[in-house]
Amino acid sequence: MNEPLVHVRDLHVRFVSRDATVHAVNGVSFDLAERESLCILGESGSGKSVTLRALMALNPPRRTKLSGTVRVGGHDIIAASERKMADIRGSTVSMIFQEPMTALDPVFTIGRQIAETVMRHEDVSRAAAEARALELLELVQIPSAKRRLAAYPHELSGGLRQRAMIAIALSCRPKLLLADEPTTALDATVQIQILLLLRRLQQEMGMGVIFVTHDLGVAGEIADRVAVMYAGKFIEEGPVRGLMRNPLHPYAQGLLGATVHAGMRGERLTTIPGAPPNLERVPQGCAFAPRCPHMREECLPKVPDSRSPVPGHAARCVLVPDAMSQAA
Amino acid sequence: MTEAAATLEPLPDIGGPAQPLLTVRGLTKHFPLKSGFFGRGAGVVQAVDSLDFEVRKGETLGIVGESGCGKSTTSRLVMALMQPTAGEVVFDGRAVGGRELPLKEYRRQVQMVFQDSYASLNPRLTIEESIAFSPEVHGLARHDARARARDLLAAVGLNPDGFARRYPHELSGGQRQRVNIARALALRPRLVILDEPVSALDKSVEAQVLNLLQDLKAEFGLTYIFISHDLNVVQYMSDRVLVMYLGKVAEVGPVEAIYAAAAHPYTAALLASRPSMDPDLRRTEPPLTGDPPNPINPPAGCRFHTRCGFAEPLCSATVPPLHAAPAGQQAACLMVVPESGHSRAPKVAA
Repeated sequence: MNEPLVHVRDLHVRFVSRDATVHAVNGVSFDLAERESLCILGESGSGKSVTLRALMALNPPRRTKLSGTVRVGGHDIIAASERKMADIRGSTVSMIFQEPMTALDPVFTIGRQIAETVMRHEDVSRAAAEARALELLELVQIPSAKRRLAAYPHELSGGLRQRAMIAIALSCRPKLLLADEPTTALDATVQIQILLLLRRLQQEMGMGVIFVTHDLGVAGEIADRVAVMYAGKFIEEGPVRGLMRNPLHPYAQGLLGATVHAGMRGERLTTIPGAPPNLERVPQGCAFAPRCPHMREECLPKVPDSRSPVPGHAARCVLVPDAMSQAA
Repeated sequence: MTEAAATLEPLPDIGGPAQPLLTVRGLTKHFPLKSGFFGRGAGVVQAVDSLDFEVRKGETLGIVGESGCGKSTTSRLVMALMQPTAGEVVFDGRAVGGRELPLKEYRRQVQMVFQDSYASLNPRLTIEESIAFSPEVHGLARHDARARARDLLAAVGLNPDGFARRYPHELSGGQRQRVNIARALALRPRLVILDEPVSALDKSVEAQVLNLLQDLKAEFGLTYIFISHDLNVVQYMSDRVLVMYLGKVAEVGPVEAIYAAAAHPYTAALLASRPSMDPDLRRTEPPLTGDPPNPINPPAGCRFHTRCGFAEPLCSATVPPLHAAPAGQQAACLMVVPESGHSRAPKVAA
């Protein structure tokens, strides 16, 4: 079976309400191999979280209109019934969220919440599930794990809560782990601990991981590949080194230039003028054109095709030379 | 005084450039805990504990630290938004809240910008009314206050004709933060406290606001206290940096000294925790383990000793004083205090 772990083609997500239709995701296509980690970078409203949720069918069902192909571990996510999804979630794909306090149930102990997930997916007794819960807490390096099994979420610090949530997400050995800004709410010294833990677990358990973040540093620390999202599209995708050192798309260049990093004191920060487009209408042409310093007439009539000057690194911009097609 | 109030011009410098604009001495804030419904024992949260620092005229002092370290409590104490348990704040040589410098006059000279740009604007006032509000309170005629509001909107890069009559919910986060900055400048303050002003903004907007803050500082001759948890942003903005840990100063000094040669192990760990932008320089070991301890019962002695790699028995018994470190900063660590008894302390030649 040569199918990649994740196979997404031309995914569109629209949110329909009485007042307006928001075109949150407008044609996203990508594959993720097993054991690979992809980081989706973007600013608020770019559609990165919606894309992630579409992989697990977590967008609100009544208001969401999906089209395209989404296959995860061989399952068709768009066609799957809610009952089928309940089987897929946890065992094939699971997710960790930004804010552990709202993702965990406040009235059950950590041990109970992990055991519940194990018992739902694997035919084991409560005792065996609780033993597994203890193993998981040790796996995510929670100190005095045995005592913490009986703890309620509010009794744990932010870092421990995030570790407990990771333990729940990993409890059924998923093939794919989705992480929506998992370290944004954490302090600097705790953030790096969680990032290193996730990187180690990914390697040990052989999972595919998709990270959503707005923080370039997080991407630099954990990703194999990076995709930059803008107005519901992947505007650039490539290996982490290539993309961080040599971004092709003017938006990706602007984002890297606008990020303050060490040793920039005294320099003026490059900024991207203007604001992202309103997604109540699908933008014609390149959505970044109104803010782009290199805008030309050919940017406006249609969305630029993806061009790839080096294998594996592609951007949707008319300025990018297309070495692949010239060579052919 | 009356003339200054009528036109609201910037107030004059009193002590000259050598006198610090703001001096904080022994500032302490303890929040008592009630033994309440859940039957917990009463205690106190030592949010800020005998803090000493000064802000020089024309500089930007960056304050960094993790959540719960007392950064925001410090800013609220300096603003006189809450009563300190002990200690005093001196502004340009005059004690705040005393007869020489009543609160109303002090607050004209010190203004604040908060992290949450939406919660800090009155939703029922237009942008222009919000900015003109405090100059009117301080005696500026309504017409002049409105004119000043429009000038300030232009100064923060918002077209007055397009924005003056709008309400906060009609603006994006970056635009609202510009309005908050304009409002803070409306009284021509000398000190502006920026409490995480860009933390809620996207990166491209963050850069715009940081550039704007630098421009306004030069244009209006301002002094900033810049509070942030983002070490790169603090390095970019600040002349001097104050590192806080559990309500105490861990290290304070020039930004170059602290970022090049941190003297306190906590500062070093904090700096090493920044994710690297370069995939070839990925970290392999976290610089610190565990979370910051609870400020309700902070560790005795040096508050950092429970997480410190260099801790010795002495550290849990002695509260380290701030002491000059080699690179030019001051650090509260026994490893920089000569003859402190710590095995890594500098030895004084006889």
